[in-house]
Amino acid sequence: MFEGPVQDLIDELGRLPGIGPKSAQRLAFHLLGAEEADITRLQDALAKVKAGVVFCEVCGNVSEKQRCRICADARRDATLVCVVEEPKDVMAVERTREFRGRYHVLGGALDPMGGIGPDQLRVRELLRRIGGQQTEGGEQEPEIAEVILAMDPNTEGEATATYLVRLLRDFPGLAVTKLASGLPMGGDLEFADELTLGRALAGRRGAL
Amino acid sequence: MYVRELSVTDFRSWAQADLTFSPGVSVLVGANGQGKTNLVEAVGYLATLGSHRVSSDAPLVRRGAAAAQVRATVVNDGRELTVQVEIQPGKANRARVNRSPVTRARDILGIVRTVVFAPEDLALVRGDPGERRGFLDELLVARAPRWAGVRADYEKVLRQRSALLKTARHARGDTSTLEVWDAHLARAGAALTAGRIQLAAALAPHVTAAYAAVAPESVPVGARYRSKVAAVDELAGTADGQDDVTGGAAHAELAAAVEVALLEEIGRRRDQEIERGVCLVGPHRDELDLSLGEGPAKGFASHGESWALALALRLGGFELLREEGSEPILVLDDVFAELDARRRDALARTAARAEQVLVTAAVDDDVPSVLNGTRYVIEAGTVRDGVAS
Repeated sequence: MFEGPVQDLIDELGRLPGIGPKSAQRLAFHLLGAEEADITRLQDALAKVKAGVVFCEVCGNVSEKQRCRICADARRDATLVCVVEEPKDVMAVERTREFRGRYHVLGGALDPMGGIGPDQLRVRELLRRIGGQQTEGGEQEPEIAEVILAMDPNTEGEATATYLVRLLRDFPGLAVTKLASGLPMGGDLEFADELTLGRALAGRRGAL
Repeated sequence: MYVRELSVTDFRSWAQADLTFSPGVSVLVGANGQGKTNLVEAVGYLATLGSHRVSSDAPLVRRGAAAAQVRATVVNDGRELTVQVEIQPGKANRARVNRSPVTRARDILGIVRTVVFAPEDLALVRGDPGERRGFLDELLVARAPRWAGVRADYEKVLRQRSALLKTARHARGDTSTLEVWDAHLARAGAALTAGRIQLAAALAPHVTAAYAAVAPESVPVGARYRSKVAAVDELAGTADGQDDVTGGAAHAELAAAVEVALLEEIGRRRDQEIERGVCLVGPHRDELDLSLGEGPAKGFASHGESWALALALRLGGFELLREEGSEPILVLDDVFAELDARRRDALARTAARAEQVLVTAAVDDDVPSVLNGTRYVIEAGTVRDGVAS
């Protein structure tokens, strides 16, 4: 145990995910020796993260303004919406630079054990978006033509996708698609686990 | 296959033990409480990543130590592999194959294959259905490791759906999310059920034969997979043991049929499930029925018959694995003392055919002379070996 503020800092850092007591100690002593300016910047960033970040009124992604950068960007295809679980999934899809549509962040996946049902997710907002209702800003958005479901390929993600498919099939003319499931690029077939390989086989495509 | 080297560190009562085995029979002899069983338990742990004696990992680590290590070199068709597992209670196990770490400990399943028969196995006949379901699932994994994933998937869906059912009573009316979990439960459950049905069908003749071998004077026994869902039970009755469990067309067809039957039953029992707040439909409520002559084994079999039947289940599993290729290591933990002389000899004759048998016994004389082999004397935490008899 260290004395006073240093131990307080170690305890606080240790509560962060992925940081054990040893890492917390190393971080704390690094901060102790850091430049004053660096500390101030970190302080500012910490203070702003709670106060300065809002959730986009359209897609639910973390944003600086009422409407996030992607939803405000007129060059992006508003008829194409990719539904993801978390804001970090938006970043993952964005990194591909392949997707020119917009997003909808659910804020999690169906998880009855964790007490997460459809009401805890932004499902109603998604249906309202697809239904073409006016947003609070009063602007009429173009009608959505395709919804891409991009949930995590695990039990909870799959259940969420199934749930959304059941809701979305009631919209006439709406295309609902799901990310393909298969082998990672640059990988070796022999190292793929049976489940992934089995899925890839089941979802095979004509090569001609 | 056979274990050539076994090394344990801080495992149960052992600070350190290193043993070298050869194919054939190895007998670990020592008084009670000297740690014989702990050594064969370690071999079994590498095969199943679980102990045949306890359900949690905490008792496996020597008191005062942070982690236990088990390492074994197995020879399979002349090919040598070394597997190692570090057991840290409360943390994920870390495994290595030939000294390189693998991503998930589960990846080492299938490298060491064992069939363990131990006093605890009496519960296979006398215990709850859960014991017998566990027996089938363990055998599925031994046949093809991917079944560990199928079972884990089903258990996860089951837990999620049970959690939802507990809250469903208050959110009356809205069953839309429940239907989603119904569909997933039926799909995951059907895969597991179909696997178990096919396994039970393939296993049954081996069990009957093994029982006849160890208890020649007794009545014929049978084993059959039972589902509480009538339509699934009918499918189980018509399945034959010729299908392969590794995911062939017959398996897919059976799984599809089971899925339909499960979904229908879930729909029928919806109100009841919501009322009671538990999942009432699925393979977690199934059973492997054991029969002795005309009647059921449970409740009717004598102590000796129960023992012989439990033994027949293990030996049946052993024969099934053997028939399909790589021969598992047979472990007979403290079982001879419980059997009469005739059954001892019958068991010994069957066991002597295995590529490797590891036997533990408190008294050397309990082990029939057919099982001649290397004796290892276990005493006060040390191993004296190489005493051939």
